[in-house]
Amino acid sequence: MTASWIPNLVPFPVLLPLLGAALTLAFRRSPHLQRAISISALTGVVAVAALLVVEADSHGPQVLWVGAWREPLGIALVADRLSSLMLLVSSIVTLLVLIFAIGQGQANDDDETPVSIFHPTYLVLTAGVANAFLAGDLFNLFVGFEILLFASYVLITLGGTVLRIRSGTTYVVVSLLSSSLFLVAIAGVYAATGTVNLAQLSIRLAGINPAVALVLQLTLLTVFCIKAAVFPMSAWLPDSYPTAPAPVTAVFAGLLTKIGVYAIIRMQTLLFPQSPLQTLLLSAALLTMIIGILGAVSQTGLKRILSFTLVSHIGYMLFGIALATTHGMAGAIFYVVHHITVQTALFLISGLVERFAGTTSLDRLGGLAAAAPVLSILFFVAAMNLSGIPPMSGFLAKIGLLQAGVEVGTPLAWVLVVAAIVTSLLTLYALAKVWSQAFWRSQGEARAAAIATARVDDEDDDAYDFELTLEAEMEAAQQAALVGGTPVAVATRQRPLSRMMKGATAAMTATGLVIMLAAGPLFAFTQRAANDLMARDPYVTSVLPQAVRH
Amino acid sequence: MTATLAPNLTLVIVAAGLIAVGSALVLDRSLVRVVLGLMLIGNGVATLYLVAGGRAGEAPFVGSAPANEMSDPLPQAMVLTAIVISLAMIGFLLALAYRLWQLSGTDDVPDDAEDAVIQRMARDEEMSATFDPGLEPTTTSDELAVEEPGAPDGPDLAAPVGGDPQ
Repeated sequence: MTASWIPNLVPFPVLLPLLGAALTLAFRRSPHLQRAISISALTGVVAVAALLVVEADSHGPQVLWVGAWREPLGIALVADRLSSLMLLVSSIVTLLVLIFAIGQGQANDDDETPVSIFHPTYLVLTAGVANAFLAGDLFNLFVGFEILLFASYVLITLGGTVLRIRSGTTYVVVSLLSSSLFLVAIAGVYAATGTVNLAQLSIRLAGINPAVALVLQLTLLTVFCIKAAVFPMSAWLPDSYPTAPAPVTAVFAGLLTKIGVYAIIRMQTLLFPQSPLQTLLLSAALLTMIIGILGAVSQTGLKRILSFTLVSHIGYMLFGIALATTHGMAGAIFYVVHHITVQTALFLISGLVERFAGTTSLDRLGGLAAAAPVLSILFFVAAMNLSGIPPMSGFLAKIGLLQAGVEVGTPLAWVLVVAAIVTSLLTLYALAKVWSQAFWRSQGEARAAAIATARVDDEDDDAYDFELTLEAEMEAAQQAALVGGTPVAVATRQRPLSRMMKGATAAMTATGLVIMLAAGPLFAFTQRAANDLMARDPYVTSVLPQAVRH
Repeated sequence: MTATLAPNLTLVIVAAGLIAVGSALVLDRSLVRVVLGLMLIGNGVATLYLVAGGRAGEAPFVGSAPANEMSDPLPQAMVLTAIVISLAMIGFLLALAYRLWQLSGTDDVPDDAEDAVIQRMARDEEMSATFDPGLEPTTTSDELAVEEPGAPDGPDLAAPVGGDPQ
């Protein structure tokens, strides 16, 4: 049996960042102390998460009923294979992005600018993420969502420039509506079953009227699909992510949508295993993939391209979930792990590009391969990884999903297999376009092309002026680095990259390669996690003692 | 267990009314109206928890009444949490509206720049630079497929279709 103190570690991924947030708020006048506190809190979370992965794998799910309430009452925190793995990956990502953000703050070479609220807010965000992964009941999951969303509202509007306020408004309102819908769903679940504990629900939901269960399932699915940015609920994402500061976008892109995906996995396997809704989910996955990637192909801004590929690749994960087989689930979990790392790496790289060249618009970028070779190598590796070039983890993740799809073998599953391949090729196309324009062509070519487009547009009509002002405004806002609000930085558009930022980005890209090297053990792990999910047994039996299992 | 009890119809109607009115307000362009709408939705949802909690009863303090006459405390605890959260949200949104007003003199949510560009392209029937006009028949479907993800910005932004941005 497992050591008895291990379950007591389960709340620490939530507690450490919250404690860190309080401390960084208290020491807001001393940036050095803030950095030290944030880094140690998140390092602690990584350590705890790693321990939980080992324990959950060798001794089964680690459960803690917070405050020692009697079993079916109170709040349960559960770290099974899936949630501990998610926790480990997300804590590594948050730590690396934090290092990037600190590097960015220091490169701005004044200690005042990385606003004092960045560290506390960021730590609260990670606490919310951890709470969402560990939540053993539906309401605590809601609370986890709210904690991380609230922190994300602050981060996405950091500095309060016109553009950030505009895109932040969309984001906040969409998130608030989905939260309200989540509350409605929880009220419905409680009215129908008398509990919100996930383990208890998995027993009781099977016994209620299937029509009621379907309504509850669809409502929850809508909520989580909004969070995960599944088409047609994905329009908010490419609209709001690109304007936020680079580290913020990176961590949002890496983590926030995946929490929606995690919630869908949990819900489909634990709560509604009897109703896989295969056709519906497969169709949503298909549309998400194709429409997302077409969006990416049509964009000319690097951050927007990445935002659309993000949406598109959510479709892969949903594909795996929709198959409702062990292999599909395992493929989806592997894909989540791969995608969190690679998408974060790409957004960090786009942050570096933005600093180095002063823009992320492909119309103006050029010559980066010669000017910044390290940056170019990082982008190349991460881009090939995302598009699924063998032998990268992206390729392995996609192969896993394709095999699972072929195994199911229904006509729609075959359509999805083909669509997944097409999406992969289109991703390659979109990123190759970025490569050839921003990195490969010479700076002179870029300038000539930019002038040529400007001429054509100029003859066009007055609308060009409008477009130009908007673009200038957008860039000004992006220039205004992490904070400040006043776009003073426009004058010095190009700024040096600090070693810390490069290091963090390289580490993030390398994590993607580690996944490739460790793909065998990781696939075995996700397979075991998927077995647990499909069997539901270790989860329910370890959360609920025999007496209250009804 | 409350499963066998009939829900209170008045509460259901009140909740539905609040959520409906709130939804209508959220569709508005002015951020303050959106905030008001979200407040109404929040209150409507809170009312739903009273329905979910089953019949009304005595205050759920240990020893103050027999357990089977008490009302269910769990939904009340949940809805209190939800109310606190929505209070903080409203505060944040009002700050956002104030900041928007500071910056632009109005609390109307501005158009998305990309969306405005796409609208202009649609108006002028422009094609993207990479589009080959030789492939006439596929034009509409192509354009639709490409534009779809960018265009709808949520109901509040997409509302005035004819309106020229700024």
